[in-house]
Amino acid sequence: MEIVMAFVIGILFMSATYLMLSKSLLRIIVGTGLLSHGAHLLILTMGGLKRGTVPLLDEKASAYTDPIPQALILTAIVISFGVTAFFLVLAYRSYQELGTDNMERLRGTEGND
Amino acid sequence: MSLLHLAIISPFLLAILVPILYKSFRQIHTGWFVLPLPILLFSYFLSFLSIQEPITKSVPWIPFLGIDFIAKIDGLSLLFALLITGIGSLVVLYSVYYLSKDKEKLNTFYVYLLLFMGAMLGVVLSDNLIVLYMFWEFTSFSSFLLIGYWYHKEKSRYGAQKSMIITVFGGLSMLGGIILLYIMTGSFNISEIMEIVPSISDHTLFIPALLCFLVGAFTKSAQFPFHIWLPDAMEAPTPVSAYLHSATMVKAGIYLVARMSPVFAAEGLWLWLVGGVGIITLFWGSFNAVKQTDLKAILAYSTISQLGMIMSLLGIGAAALHFEGIEKSVYAAAITAAVFHLINHATFKGSLFMVVGIVDHETGTRDIRKLGGLMNFMPITFTLAIIGTFSMAGLPPFNGFLSKEMFFAGMLRVLELDIFSFETWGLLFPVIAWLASVFTFLYSMILVFKTFTGKFQPEKLEKKPHEAPIGMLISPIILASLVIIFGLFPNILSNSMIAPAINAIMPGNAADVHISFWHGFTPELFMTIGVIATGILLYISLPKWRRVYDLFPKKLTLNRLYDGSLEFAQSISKKLTSGYMNGSIRTYLVYIFSFFIVILASTIAVKDAFKMDTSNISSIGFYEILLALAIVVASISILFAKSRLTSIILLGSVGYTVSLFFVLFRAPDLALTQLVIETISVALFLLCFYHLPKNSKNEERIRFKLTNLLISIGVGAIVTVIALSAHSNKMFDSIAQYYVENTYEKAAGKNMVNVILVDFRGFDTLFEITVLSIAALGIFTMIKLKMKGGRKNENK
Repeated sequence: MEIVMAFVIGILFMSATYLMLSKSLLRIIVGTGLLSHGAHLLILTMGGLKRGTVPLLDEKASAYTDPIPQALILTAIVISFGVTAFFLVLAYRSYQELGTDNMERLRGTEGND
Repeated sequence: MSLLHLAIISPFLLAILVPILYKSFRQIHTGWFVLPLPILLFSYFLSFLSIQEPITKSVPWIPFLGIDFIAKIDGLSLLFALLITGIGSLVVLYSVYYLSKDKEKLNTFYVYLLLFMGAMLGVVLSDNLIVLYMFWEFTSFSSFLLIGYWYHKEKSRYGAQKSMIITVFGGLSMLGGIILLYIMTGSFNISEIMEIVPSISDHTLFIPALLCFLVGAFTKSAQFPFHIWLPDAMEAPTPVSAYLHSATMVKAGIYLVARMSPVFAAEGLWLWLVGGVGIITLFWGSFNAVKQTDLKAILAYSTISQLGMIMSLLGIGAAALHFEGIEKSVYAAAITAAVFHLINHATFKGSLFMVVGIVDHETGTRDIRKLGGLMNFMPITFTLAIIGTFSMAGLPPFNGFLSKEMFFAGMLRVLELDIFSFETWGLLFPVIAWLASVFTFLYSMILVFKTFTGKFQPEKLEKKPHEAPIGMLISPIILASLVIIFGLFPNILSNSMIAPAINAIMPGNAADVHISFWHGFTPELFMTIGVIATGILLYISLPKWRRVYDLFPKKLTLNRLYDGSLEFAQSISKKLTSGYMNGSIRTYLVYIFSFFIVILASTIAVKDAFKMDTSNISSIGFYEILLALAIVVASISILFAKSRLTSIILLGSVGYTVSLFFVLFRAPDLALTQLVIETISVALFLLCFYHLPKNSKNEERIRFKLTNLLISIGVGAIVTVIALSAHSNKMFDSIAQYYVENTYEKAAGKNMVNVILVDFRGFDTLFEITVLSIAALGIFTMIKLKMKGGRKNENK
């Protein structure tokens, strides 16, 4: 399964990069969203998949799945949500102020960079 | 922390208080609050006059790097400390009357001035070279601020930048020299380096270190060809020019040369460079001073020239190291002259700057073509000017006469030098020295007589001239009386200040310093008489030969070289920067991603890290294949999604699939969180979607698309490789077992992930919340901002 996941993650990163390189601000934000999904799955896969039961002591199992990647990802999910929300409002505001979401037109002007 | 350290730091401490004092006592001139400190420090340093042995006090600063704040006071340091605080007191007193408390920003002025005072004390009292360097740069920095004090004037800004660039360049070179010395000796402390020096003088790095130090000293002391910053520094308020650019800061280079003499002076190159550059500067400065029309410009070139004179004396004096017995003391006399002239220059040049400041203040101009006949309006100022200029010109009975005679004597001794091939070119030294002195005499006379005698031209003046207020006259009067006192009774200085200073410059040379006013009909005396005679002749015939100056090509000056190279550097860096920073976020991302691919791929290749281990993998279930396919299909379709709604829905579906993955991969907490967050995210997207524009029809060009595709495939491939290798390379065992064992024992929780987040790694979570709240604040601000902007638009 880890091998399969490695390719899934690769494809997620690829799509994310492609989206981030495009001109539209919305596509860039969607790209960062995809990127964080890929990163989360990457962390989880690195720790090994399905190596025991869920990390709850009540299960009284002999082996548990590694809890550390999960703790990391939990933090990451929340942070990436914060970043996405910030981006979205930023995009919305800059569109309102500047009238475009095309990154090619959102360059700094001469003397203003 | 000793009292000595406190003395160095006290100006910095007062500088913190100055803005508060300025705000609280608007009616009182801030200078009055500053004045007590230099006076106090001056009397404190006076108490060291009787010391025999250097006093060293150390405070650890960065001990493991061998950097301690070592304050050491010996004769040389003491002399400079007295100059800094003494002239400092007079300058502060003068500035109280010079700078109007209603018009000027006194708080910043005195903060800068105190910063300088503390930094300068630090330079002369530090034994550790790194500490010295730190204070050294601080003086450049405060000088920059003070020159740019009237920053609304373009010339001020230009002068400030110029002095900063040149002196900081020298400072960096000095830092290089310090590091080279450290490599050779393993110490940053001057007194320790001095002891090791004989063993390193053959080291290959010795000469480079010497050169680095000299560049530092020459830039600071405005020696040829680095002198060009000093005339432009005259844009500073006159008290600053008197203090920094004549009496103290520019002498930091002299101090450095004197201080490092025991280290480097045994080298012939030192003799040639210090002596040679000094004498060239002496001539070039005095020669150029004659053609200036601005009083302060005359003084600036004069300062350059006098600094060159002191420098050349230090260079010649270094010859003493190569002789023993009577010869030694003869060359050491050059050092005596240098130290004596250092004091004299501070007195007469300080008073002259103040006199020029008074003239400027009372008439509104410093242009000698407009001035003239002021003698009748300002008799006291005129007297002070006469004393100052006559001393500068080397006329008896003032102190300048004595040091000029000693200077000639020192230069004549060069003729007898038979080391380092001085016998061939040595003759140039007394000749240039004599010529330079003629020009010195000439500009001194121009300074005083063009201003105070001749025809009075009231129509060219902005104000009606009258004598300056008494407060403004006190400081120059004190300095001028010192000029006379030191001239008539030079020996009050010799044993108290000069001899200890010489001891510091040339250790183990118990010089018996005796300066006599009359020393018979010596060659020096005839040289002086010759100077006066030729000088008077040239002064009278000045209009006839003035045109000589036009012969110099205007396009080949050092200033043009400086301006040209600065412009060149600016245009090059602008081109370079705008070449890769084009403002497009796509370009930057391309850089980042390309770098990411290259660096990771090469690391994996170099370390041979790629490994694919299929022995220890988990089973593949039917559902998992389905979900994997779903993610792949969804994420690739986003790329082709034409409408925004489709891409948002596809992103959502990826998110939900990921949370299903979490369920399958035994991560219930993650699955729950992901589900909630994904829902909110999609809602947010839809909310903003309503406001954002439709996907633009004009898509990227094919070439762009191809680059994007290549880069994204590269990133995807690299990440896949990393994921595979990360799974297959197990360098060490997981630390998970610790949490499994201790979750209940130590934290009394049963959900390991929860316990890690809120207990074991509680701080991480705290910062996570902080990040989230910062994002929330940012979002809130942006939305608030909109309302304001909206109102503004309505007003339009």
